[in-house]
Amino acid sequence: MKILLLLKTVADSEASIRPTSDGKAVALSDINLILNPYDEYAVEEALQIREKNGDAEITALCYGDEMAIKTLRTALALGVEKGVHIKGQPGFDSLTTAKILAAAIKDMDYDLILCGKQAIDDDSSSVGVMVAELLDIPSVSVAVKLDITDGNVRVTREIEGGHEIVEMKMPCLVSAQKGLNEPRYPSLKGIMAAKKKPIEEKDALAAETQIEVLRVEAPATRSAGKIVGEGEEAVPELVRLLKEEAKVL
Amino acid sequence: MSNIIVLCETKQGKIRTVAKEALSAAREIAEDLGAKVLGVLIGPSIANAAEELAPFGPDRLMAVTHPALEKYSTEGYTQALAEIINSESPVAVIFSATAMGKDLAPRVAAKMDKPLLADCTELMVEDGHVHVVRPIYAGKVLLRAAVQSDWAVLSLRPKIFQPKPVNGSTVSVETRDVALDESKIRAKVVEIKQESGATVDLTEADFIVSGGRGMKAAENFTLIEELAKTIGATVGASRAVVDADWRPHSDQVGQTGKTVSPTLYIAVGISGAVQHLAGMSSSKVIVAVNKDSEAPIFKVATYGIVGDALKIVPVLTEAIKQAKTE
Ligand SMILES: Cc1cc2nc3c(=O)[nH]c(=O)nc-3n(C[C@H](O)[C@H](O)[C@H](O)COP(=O)(O)OP(=O)(O)OC[C@H]3O[C@@H](n4cnc5c(N)ncnc54)[C@H](O)[C@@H]3O)c2cc1C
Ligand SMILES: Nc1ncnc2c1ncn2[C@@H]1O[C@H](COP(=O)(O)O)[C@@H](O)[C@H]1O
Repeated sequence: MKILLLLKTVADSEASIRPTSDGKAVALSDINLILNPYDEYAVEEALQIREKNGDAEITALCYGDEMAIKTLRTALALGVEKGVHIKGQPGFDSLTTAKILAAAIKDMDYDLILCGKQAIDDDSSSVGVMVAELLDIPSVSVAVKLDITDGNVRVTREIEGGHEIVEMKMPCLVSAQKGLNEPRYPSLKGIMAAKKKPIEEKDALAAETQIEVLRVEAPATRSAGKIVGEGEEAVPELVRLLKEEAKVL
Repeated sequence: MSNIIVLCETKQGKIRTVAKEALSAAREIAEDLGAKVLGVLIGPSIANAAEELAPFGPDRLMAVTHPALEKYSTEGYTQALAEIINSESPVAVIFSATAMGKDLAPRVAAKMDKPLLADCTELMVEDGHVHVVRPIYAGKVLLRAAVQSDWAVLSLRPKIFQPKPVNGSTVSVETRDVALDESKIRAKVVEIKQESGATVDLTEADFIVSGGRGMKAAENFTLIEELAKTIGATVGASRAVVDADWRPHSDQVGQTGKTVSPTLYIAVGISGAVQHLAGMSSSKVIVAVNKDSEAPIFKVATYGIVGDALKIVPVLTEAIKQAKTE
C-alpha cells in the first residue's frame, strides 16, 4: 500500500501571534514553528497501518518555505520513508494550496492520503477535502477511527453529538482528528536515520489566488472583569450579578 | 436574477438553528449585492420548512429530494448543490461551519473552482464585493479578506450571526429534481450513532459549564453535571481533563477541541491556558471559579470567585435553583 501524508508547518500553539506592522500578514519571526498537531495523528496512523500491513510505503508532502524541510525531517524521524518539499509560501486561500498539492500528487502512485482535519494557523479545515475533490477521490473528514480491510476503508467521523461511520474504497483521503491514535515521539535512532532519507524538491504549480488579504488585525480585547469574592460566601453576589447585571439567568 | 444560495441544514427531520442564522446573515447582505436569498434544503422533506424559515426572510426555498440524498454524503450533496449553483447564478454560496458544512463547503468550492472563506464571523459588502472577517490562529488575530472572484463559498461560525425575524415575510417551498451520478457517491454513511439523550452540542450551546484539572477527579464531575442541569447547560472540559480520560474528547473546548460562543461559559478549576482561551473567549459572559487568584482565566472572566471549586459549585447550584424559583 502507498500512503501519502499532507503535512503543514505552523506556529506553535503557545506562540503569541501579532499582525505585521503593515497589517497585511502575521509576524512569524522569532516564533517556534512545528508540525501541525492534527497532522501528527495522520503520521501516526500511517505508521500504524504499516505496522499492521507490513508493506506500506509512506511519503510526506509539505508545501511551504524552507521550514518545510524541518517539518518533513520530523516525519522522517518518526519512520516516514520519503519527503517531498513543494516550494512556496502558502497563503490564506485554501483552494490555491489544494491545487498546488493536488498537482504534485497527480502523477504519484497512492492508495491512501492522510492529512490533518485543520491547520492551526489558518484554521480553515478545507485543504484535505479540496485535494480529494481535485483528485476525484472520495474523502472522509474529522476521523477518530480508521480500519482498512482488503481495500475497504471504514472511518468513524465526529459529528455534533455523535458519530458517523462511513465506508469507501481506496484510493481515498481521510483527515485526522484528535483521538484517532496517540502519536509517538521520535527515537534518537529515528532522528539519525532521518538525516539520510531523501527529500525531493518540487516547484509549486503557479496558481492565482482569488482572495485579497485586506488586513490582519488584533481582536478586540476582553476587559478583565471583577473578582466577586472568595469562597462560598461570594456565591449569592455572583448569582445576583448574573441575574441583574449580565441578565443571563 | 442572481442569488445568495444558503444551505439550510436539517438534522433528524428538523431545521437546525444554524439554518436561520445563515438565512439572516444572507438577508443582511442581499440588498447590497442586488441578490435574492435562496434557501436550499437537501434530504428527506421537512413538513413545516416554509413556516419555520419564512420569518428569516428567504425570497425562495427549494427542497431537493432524491433517494440517494436521504442520508448525508459529501459527494451526493456536492453534486446536488453543483446542479443548483449552475442554474441559479450565485453571488455567494453560504454554509454553516458545522460538521456537515466543514465537510461539504470545501468540496463544493473545489468542484466549482471558487475560493472558500471558512468559519466567518462577519460578512459585509464593499463596492459589490463580499468582504469577510474570520478568526485565524485560534482567534489570536482576525483576517479581513475580500473575495476577488465573481462569487465565493462562505461558511459561517455557528452562534455568531443572530437569527433575525423579518416582518411579514412569507415563502413557499419549491421542489427541485436533480440528476445524480450515483456511481460517484463513493463514500457512504453506513451508520449514525447519535449519543442518545445528549444535550445540545457544545458548538450550539447557549450555556456551558466546563471543568478542568482543578476538579481533582473524574467522579467530581457529577458536581459540574448538576450545575449544568440546573441551568440547562452542556458540559465541557479542558484538554488536561480529556487527556486524563475523565471526560471524552468530544467535550474538549479549545484550540484542539471545540470553538464555542455561548451566552454564559462557567470555567471551573481551569487555569486558562492560551489554547483553552482560544476556544471560548468569544463567550458573552464568562464566570471563573479557581483557587488561584493569579490564574489567567481571571483575565478574561466577567466574574470570578476565588476558592475551592468542590465547595463552591454545589453552593452555586443550590443558589441558582433558589433564584429560579423566585
Ligand atoms: C498543541 C496544544 C493544543 C492544546 N489544545 C488545548 C485545547 O484545545 N483545550 C485545552 O483546554 N487545552 C489545550 N491545551 C493544553 C493547555 O495548554 C493546558 O495544558 C490545559 O488547558 C490545562 O488544563 P486545566 O486548566 O484543566 O489544568 P491546569 O493547567 O492544571 O489547571 C488547573 C487549574 O485548577 C485550579 N485548581 C486546582 N484545584 C482547585 C480547586 N480545588 N478549586 C478550584 N480551582 C482549582 C488551579 O489553580 C489551576 O488554575 C493544548 C496544548 C497544546 C500544546
Ligand atoms: N501547505 C500545506 N502543505 C501540506 N499539507 C497542507 C498544507 N496546508 C494544509 N495542509 C493539510 O491540510 C490540512 C487542513 O488544513 P487547513 O485546510 O489549512 O486547515 C492540514 O492539517 C494538512 O494536513
